[in-house]
Amino acid sequence: MGFVKGLRCKECGKNYEKLPIHVCEYCFGPLEVDYDYTAIGKVVSRKSIQDGPPSMWRYKEFMPIDEAPKVGLHTGFTPLVRAKNLGKALGLKELYIKNDSVNHPTFSFKDRVVAVAVSKAIEFGFDTVSCASTGNLANSVAAHAAEAGLKSCIIIPDGLEAGKILGTQIYGSQLIAVHGSYDDVNRLCSEIGSNHDWAFVNINIRPYYGDGSKTYGYEIAEQLGWKTPDNVIVPVAGSSLITKIYKAFHEFEMLGLIGKVNTKVFAAQATGCAPVTTAIKNGTDTIIPVKPNTIAKSIAIGNPADGYYGVKTANESGGWGEDVSDEEVVASMKLLAETEGIFTETAGGVTVGVTQKLIKQGRIKPDETTVICVTGNGLKTQEALTGQFTPPAVIDCNIQSFEEEFANSLTV
Amino acid sequence: MPVKVRIPTPLMKLTNNQAEISAEGATIADILNNLESQFAGIKERICEENGTPRRFINIYLNEEDIRFLEGEKTPIKDGDEISIIPAIAGGVR
Repeated sequence: MGFVKGLRCKECGKNYEKLPIHVCEYCFGPLEVDYDYTAIGKVVSRKSIQDGPPSMWRYKEFMPIDEAPKVGLHTGFTPLVRAKNLGKALGLKELYIKNDSVNHPTFSFKDRVVAVAVSKAIEFGFDTVSCASTGNLANSVAAHAAEAGLKSCIIIPDGLEAGKILGTQIYGSQLIAVHGSYDDVNRLCSEIGSNHDWAFVNINIRPYYGDGSKTYGYEIAEQLGWKTPDNVIVPVAGSSLITKIYKAFHEFEMLGLIGKVNTKVFAAQATGCAPVTTAIKNGTDTIIPVKPNTIAKSIAIGNPADGYYGVKTANESGGWGEDVSDEEVVASMKLLAETEGIFTETAGGVTVGVTQKLIKQGRIKPDETTVICVTGNGLKTQEALTGQFTPPAVIDCNIQSFEEEFANSLTV
Repeated sequence: MPVKVRIPTPLMKLTNNQAEISAEGATIADILNNLESQFAGIKERICEENGTPRRFINIYLNEEDIRFLEGEKTPIKDGDEISIIPAIAGGVR
């Protein structure tokens, strides 16, 4: 039994029934889920949440499904790591990493949105799930479709990392790569949707799918001791996650689960694909689409669906947007690994790198509580580190060889 | 001079199911007003009350988004082609 009243247009406010639709037929604005917060407030408390399962489903009342979740029961409630070493390196006293690189089952925050989307697709009666993806979503849709016993057909741009391709095919999904960028793929998927009655998780299921991201925000607030941080640095691709984290904080505030939200939300992009942070810096809410050229492929969306709302979130919260070069991304991936033992994918290198920039700019201050979002796993984007390390020394199996090599390595 | 305007599927109910309309005007704004005179009610679907195109409508003049030209004041010349495309739908259909 859910708490969803229906869907509503974010732009013109027109109401719709709970259907697999995502665009307002009147003004073409995006639809979002309309919850009965009064009813939610009557049944949800800090205690009811804490008594829930150690997964994203401890917040099930805030999720847009009407029945019990069908898949992804172990997704979410990932560690909020107190990053003392990285904090010291960056000059921050209270720094945390929200670490979705260890999310279940496919090691990215996308498992949250897909657990919701596939559960909803089953409620709607679809037998096939699909998506346009830069890789992480592909992995997650394929895995959850396997768990659900649904068919899946997944469309990606060509040239993705090997780990993301294999990490989709292993689940028995049909995977098709398209000549072009993610934006081209997204456009194609809209057309495929006219010919096939499928649940495209990030197209016709998008209003429901997106709300899975809210759990990332709820967890930050709960794990910080029922408060929100002063700063949160969010990787931005389509701008869904950044808006949903902020929405999550405000839902908790509205229901009295936490105090007033004063969190500044910062958008982080790679310089080779920075339409949102460029708009923030230029003081405009008009997104100029770009052709992506960056190693941070998981967030390389040149024409972001929710870009306008990403800019709005950063501005309203008093945050900002910054971007980093591919070299900075790699250096930041290494810094996070060497200081905290966390191996993130390129998008995590983007958020760590952007945090460094924001500190230098004085936008993030040493005494403030700061959370860096790490949303994906480094083992999936190994190509980004090609040439960064020499192969390990290979020695004969005797102690002299070891001591010789060890002594030599000390000077490196 | 008449120019060709491509209409997205959701608005074809207003154009008697025609996907392409011939319209006249010196600027994009003129074209939109001309469309309204041909098909009452279509302009409010494309534009805010103040006449600027809605945020989630993209208008292309010969494949170029008019936001990167002169917006609704963008001048039109003979033989131009205009496409009206919902942003989120992601396609021309």
